[in-house]
Amino acid sequence: MKKGVFTLEPLSCPSCIKKIESALGKMEGIQEVKVLFNSSKVRTQFDEDKVTADEIQQTISKLGYPVLTQKVS
Amino acid sequence: MNAKRTYQITAVTAILLLLAIGLHFSGLAESQKWTLITATVIAGTPIAWKASQALRMKAFSIELLVTIAVIGALFIGEYVESAAVTFLFLFGAFLEVRTLEKTRSSLKSLIDMAPLEATVIREGETMTISIEDVIEGDRVIIRSGEKVATDGVIVTGNATVNESAITGESVPARKAIDDRVFSGSIVDNGFIEVIADRVGDDTTFAQIIELVEEAQETKSKTQKFLDRFATVYTPAIVILSILVYIFTRNIEMTLTFLVVACPGALVISAPVSIVAGIGNGARHGVLVKGGEIMENLAKVDTVVFDKTGTLTKGRPEVMDIYTVEGDENKLLRLVAEAEMISEHHLGQTIVKEAQKRGITLINQPNDAEIIEGNGVRVTIENKILTVGNRKLMAARDIVIEESIEAYAVQREKAGSTAIFAAIDGVVQGIISIADQIRPEAKEAIQELRDNGVKQVIMLTGDNRHTAELVGKQLGLDHIHSELLPEDKVAWIKQLKAAGHIVAMAGDGINDAPAIATADIGLAMGEGGTDISMETADVVLMADRLDQFSHAHALAKATILNMKQNTYFAVTTVFILLAGVLFGKVFLASGMLIHEVSVLLVILNAVRLMRYTKKERKRNIPNRVLQPE
Repeated sequence: MKKGVFTLEPLSCPSCIKKIESALGKMEGIQEVKVLFNSSKVRTQFDEDKVTADEIQQTISKLGYPVLTQKVS
Repeated sequence: MNAKRTYQITAVTAILLLLAIGLHFSGLAESQKWTLITATVIAGTPIAWKASQALRMKAFSIELLVTIAVIGALFIGEYVESAAVTFLFLFGAFLEVRTLEKTRSSLKSLIDMAPLEATVIREGETMTISIEDVIEGDRVIIRSGEKVATDGVIVTGNATVNESAITGESVPARKAIDDRVFSGSIVDNGFIEVIADRVGDDTTFAQIIELVEEAQETKSKTQKFLDRFATVYTPAIVILSILVYIFTRNIEMTLTFLVVACPGALVISAPVSIVAGIGNGARHGVLVKGGEIMENLAKVDTVVFDKTGTLTKGRPEVMDIYTVEGDENKLLRLVAEAEMISEHHLGQTIVKEAQKRGITLINQPNDAEIIEGNGVRVTIENKILTVGNRKLMAARDIVIEESIEAYAVQREKAGSTAIFAAIDGVVQGIISIADQIRPEAKEAIQELRDNGVKQVIMLTGDNRHTAELVGKQLGLDHIHSELLPEDKVAWIKQLKAAGHIVAMAGDGINDAPAIATADIGLAMGEGGTDISMETADVVLMADRLDQFSHAHALAKATILNMKQNTYFAVTTVFILLAGVLFGKVFLASGMLIHEVSVLLVILNAVRLMRYTKKERKRNIPNRVLQPE
């Protein structure tokens, strides 16, 4: 299980939270998603055997939120 | 689609709109029409794109409402309206992001203080590496002007260190061997080498940032209420606008109604205030862990303090040295040399005082004997030194003369502990040691009262005599002494049962149960121990009580700000909707007012960022008399 933190461009609408959380929540291998609206970050717990950080980043970008940095620990 | 592209599109649309105005005055109606349509399409595409993405995620978005309205406006030939609405929407979003960044800027400025690289010595080689590659046990070098990269203990050198990122305290602290330094602080002057013991996400600094981030996400009661309200409100507006259409058969009015009713300002009104308030606190060394805690803190009417380490410094100091004859430094040297063997905190206080006065301790005591809890007896320079309390003197048949005894009693009544020093069986002096009241305590308590705290109570495990003295000096309302941790919990429960909103401030470890029981638990951060940061609702990073009064006043200001925003947003929406129904507000003007209201709400919250003590001092003259 790994922890991935993705920093996005500043989020401005609270509805973005729901969009990102529900989309990532449906991905296989993602245990936990939390969107930090005020710091414009997405925190995830994921199973590295089932999904990669890059795949998660792609999904977020596809939703219309460019990812600025990615940090996996 | 990135932010930069959106800004470019907004700018292009603005130019096209200006062009259209020019064409309007030159009477070129056809060109004007096509210019407006082009503007609508250019600005409308990103909005429609976002709307469709949200729709794919089965989310109902404001973009969708705007897209419907714009398509409707194009359909009925209102090109001015369609172009103006798309432009205003994009421009509004642009301004929102810019102003929202302001409310978030205190956290950002904290994050920007995070160090990026560190200079370490590995196997005798000095190298500069990325902060992520530093591991526990690394020997880190920090020179003047550099940031401390990890938490750790100084092994060589000394420096003045600015710890404002951690504690909010801007006066640099002197640090020498064995002192702790924290990641994120800056070496003002000097050179130190530190053994890293906490790195990366484990440093106090990283934990503070994570805590603040978490705090800004946790919702206040008002926020939760608004969220529930929004989930009912949005579908309700859709149904209402259908009703509007059925009754008026006026597409434009219906579309306007739909767009104007967007709960933009409403949804954002509470969170922006909380975020700005928590950010302000973090910059002043106060961690408030969430919106709900802000709300409770603002309501506090009873404040309970622990004594040792909270109202007092928790570090005993030598207050006075009394000698029967001769130089007090000479006596202090002998006593300190004797106390070198003692691990008792009073003994160590004496040793520290000698070091502080620059006295070199040369002699190793012989025949050392520690009498547990009472004192020490050693031989130095062929003299027998007996240092300790009355009991020890009595046990060794040392007579305390009446005048000396009188002096000791007087010191004890003043709150000190008197330590007798006898040389060769004759009392030669008394060293008085006391734990000092924090210098800012009195003012902080006054500020709490000025801001509406009705009673201030002290609960302490210490003896009644000392407790009463502290209570009197600080003008506390009630004092309860000689309490065990569970007694403190019982007192707080009792206060809560009496209907008070209770804040408990303690030093985090032995007070943890009481802190957890109170409505609001405050802990002294002690430079950030894990326990205090976890159990408490509010952490005072610099261990200063004026941070408490700042937090309390800040909470009140934040909640007031949040209420202003919420009322303003609700009123605006209702006035706008009424305006639409009475035919006074149209699509473009409705959009404009809506965007302006969102901006006003954010700007109001930005005011909180600058909230400081000075501002408060100006408006506190009305002291309320405290009923008994």
